[in-house]
Amino acid sequence: MDGLFGLDVATWDIILAVITALIKAFVIVNGLLLAFAYMTLTERKVLGRMQARFGPNRVGPFGLLQPIADGIKLAFKEDVTPRQANFWVHMLAPMMALIPALIIFAVIPLGPEMRILGQPWTWYVAKINVGYLYATAIASVGVYGLVLAGWASNSKYALLGGLRASAQVISYELAQGLAAMTALVLAGSLNLYEIVNQQVSSGLPYALYLPFGLIAFVIYVIAGVAETNRSPFDMAEAEGELGAGFHTEYSGFKWSMFFMAEYVNMINISALATVLFLGGWWPIPTDAPGLIQGLGPIVFLIKIGAFMFMFIWLRATFPRLRFDRLMALGWKVLLPIALVNLLLTSAVVALWPLGVWPFAQ
Amino acid sequence: MAFVEVKSPPPPANALSGAMADVTALARGLGVTLGYMFQKPVTIQYPEERPRISARHRGRHELERHDNGLEKCVGCELCALACPSKAIFVEGAENPPDAPVSIGERYAKTYIVNMIRCIFCGFCVEACPTEALQLKKVFELADYTRESMIYSKETLLAPAPKREATDSWMPG
Repeated sequence: MDGLFGLDVATWDIILAVITALIKAFVIVNGLLLAFAYMTLTERKVLGRMQARFGPNRVGPFGLLQPIADGIKLAFKEDVTPRQANFWVHMLAPMMALIPALIIFAVIPLGPEMRILGQPWTWYVAKINVGYLYATAIASVGVYGLVLAGWASNSKYALLGGLRASAQVISYELAQGLAAMTALVLAGSLNLYEIVNQQVSSGLPYALYLPFGLIAFVIYVIAGVAETNRSPFDMAEAEGELGAGFHTEYSGFKWSMFFMAEYVNMINISALATVLFLGGWWPIPTDAPGLIQGLGPIVFLIKIGAFMFMFIWLRATFPRLRFDRLMALGWKVLLPIALVNLLLTSAVVALWPLGVWPFAQ
Repeated sequence: MAFVEVKSPPPPANALSGAMADVTALARGLGVTLGYMFQKPVTIQYPEERPRISARHRGRHELERHDNGLEKCVGCELCALACPSKAIFVEGAENPPDAPVSIGERYAKTYIVNMIRCIFCGFCVEACPTEALQLKKVFELADYTRESMIYSKETLLAPAPKREATDSWMPG
């Protein structure tokens, strides 16, 4: 069979798939950065209201142009590299933090597979059978950005911040991974699309698989807050103790890249928690008629938004933990609970057939 | 001072009830911040929204007049004497009988308040025997030069006869 330009149809399909993936990647990366920009505004506004003040409301109506003004300011700021810093590592560290944060979203299934105008359409860039593994692996690479930033700055505050970040992220990865494992065991798959599909078809998100699913969900969220170095676990940039932690010696656009990485990581954690525990586009059925299927991504984004609000809410409420308390919480509380929880869940899954949860009714 | 005894909460019966108490405390904290989110912010958005100034606010100085237009100040210099930061300079003079400035025998020929030195303590107002000097509600006193911060008598004097007091901060 001949296609256009002497290439056969199969080749054209591949080219088309690559172009589609590139466009999706472009849209996702820019969407994430736009979400980051307006997340900063939302955070400042919500924090302000929780402290009985307004937050930014000067630039544009309701301060809606504030992120643009901030962006312009940051782009034109002087970019200082300390004289004693390791120039190349200092320059690469922000990219090491930001790029992994951006590419995790490739595996997040935002909505059910559907047909638009008769053409198959998917709401993800890649559907890989080790989707969750991919996400955690890439997220771990992001930690290097923080550690290298702390090291390369040749500043004591930055070094301490980087060390704290690495210790904290590695500690909480365990509890987070075990909590996620609970969902993976329940789904019997690492494929994020399959995990969501299982929850949607069984009509119950894993967070409602009482009690184990709920426990795993809570642990996952707590560990997720710690993973993203957000308050009350923001030891890595504890501004009262360490200046600004690992990004003390950063300014201008490099600094804003760390900022972007933090917020995009928050979005990623929210998306993964939605996939693993809140059933993605649940309660929209995967095989619903076209228009209702289109509500899937909207439901997904609403769930992400709820998580983002939670991040801000926690920041507005809780004081920062002491570092040893942080470690004790991670190793002595969350990790054992997650481990026992996983064992019990595995036992139940082994004794009952997949997709049937004895405690759900 | 009364001594207030602070009662510490009773120790939890066991680890589980202690943990439950901790979690309850966290939830209550979250409730507080959420409650504040739905409250009206206390911020006064200053240039558009004007602050409410209390009646006894100690702002800009003003030299008052009698209803007939004569100055209340009799040039006694007690305000300058009372001033802890030496911000006031008064030079008194004989009140010309044919064209009286004040109702007394003397009047203030020169009256200068250095607003950079002034600490707005209000001692000058308390010292004034004729209630000539008042501190008004005007609080927007910033300016660009040191010279302009030295207020002369012309600046301080209340506008001539029978006008509404200028202490209102409302525009117009």
